[in-house]
Amino acid sequence: MNFLVNYFSGLGKSTLNRVNGVGAASIMLYGALFAFPQWKNIRLTISQIYIVGVQSLLIVMVSGLFIGMVMALQGYTILVNYGAEGSLGPMVALSILRELGPVVTALLFAGRAGSALTAEIGLMKATEQLSSLEMMAIDPLRRVVSPRFWAGIISLPMLTLIFSAIGILGGHLVGVDWLGVDAGSYWSIMQATVEWEKDVVNGIIKSAVFALVIVWIALYKGYSCIPTSEGISQATTQTVVYSSLAILGLDFILTALMFGI
Amino acid sequence: MTTRKTETLVGLFVALAIAATMLLALRVVNQGMAGNSETFTVKARFDNIGGLKPRSSVKVGGVVVGRVERIYLHKTDLVPIVELQISTEYANTFPDTSSLSILTSGLLGEQFIGLLPGFIFPEDLVRIEEDKVCETTSLNNCPYLTEGEEVFDTKSALILEDLIGQILFKQGSE
Repeated sequence: MNFLVNYFSGLGKSTLNRVNGVGAASIMLYGALFAFPQWKNIRLTISQIYIVGVQSLLIVMVSGLFIGMVMALQGYTILVNYGAEGSLGPMVALSILRELGPVVTALLFAGRAGSALTAEIGLMKATEQLSSLEMMAIDPLRRVVSPRFWAGIISLPMLTLIFSAIGILGGHLVGVDWLGVDAGSYWSIMQATVEWEKDVVNGIIKSAVFALVIVWIALYKGYSCIPTSEGISQATTQTVVYSSLAILGLDFILTALMFGI
Repeated sequence: MTTRKTETLVGLFVALAIAATMLLALRVVNQGMAGNSETFTVKARFDNIGGLKPRSSVKVGGVVVGRVERIYLHKTDLVPIVELQISTEYANTFPDTSSLSILTSGLLGEQFIGLLPGFIFPEDLVRIEEDKVCETTSLNNCPYLTEGEEVFDTKSALILEDLIGQILFKQGSE
């Protein structure tokens, strides 16, 4: 009997904890989203765009180049069997614009920027900087969380666009300059196939959704971590794992909504 | 000054993102006929549309003049009706005796509608000149394809199975 009571109380406790977590995360999201209109915070946001966006630029550009190049190489070896290597352009462009661009950039962003955000906020909490801010009557949501939040949401779609453009140029580098696909057909069939709203804008929408989820998870995990060195390391790991899974899961749902029947 | 450097680098980042958008918009994306230009609608009924899809192109001698807007089944006649949007640039250009056929680009390529311009009777030319029938509000008498007009001379898509069936039937009868 005692065993049964213990079981149910454990179940109830974990459920309550989870609901509490969701609630706290939602309150944080609300606070961060609606703290933006303060114009004095714009400088803080810009310096966060530098840390979150500009510093992720190199890894995103290099990955974009190599993914475009490898897509062209793999696509060419298959398409050439059917004499359809002219379709290399749309294949590279569509797969990068619709899927690889948003997803790979978001995964890189979660690893490069999301983990750093969690560790930073977690250490601020561990060294009681957040409590000190509150003591000085400064809302840490407004001063610390909100600029990072908006910086992430602004940066990731831009990084995705850069990734896609460089990936398509990388595909051109391998497909046209190395393997000898006709440059005219690479661009013209691509232009005939790719559509602005359906392919490019949907990719941007995807990456904006991913950005929201990544920074939300990263900031919440940092804000709510156990303020010890072990707690921070755990929170950082959880940020990367949860946001990667969320990206892949959401990608399927968004793709089904955008391109499904 | 560190903030100045930061702001400059963020500015460069934004400029790079804009450059990437421009590249995607100008080099990668479908240009022209993107819905911005004005069009007029023409209907056509086919027996079989094969693999034709909305947004397939309408070509005259290989030049794209419009797109397929909508495909639906006629409720009582049970044949597919295709609505085409043709750029107003080509208004009063194609005679209403023009014919439409569903063609395939290459062996495995996508299907499109080929428009073969028809002819205009000499007496109609006179009517255009003297009666200005294409400039009035009711365009019923205009011998060119106009808004809402139906094209009657259509050729359906080539269905490989039907073709093979016909050859077998022909050989069987010999």
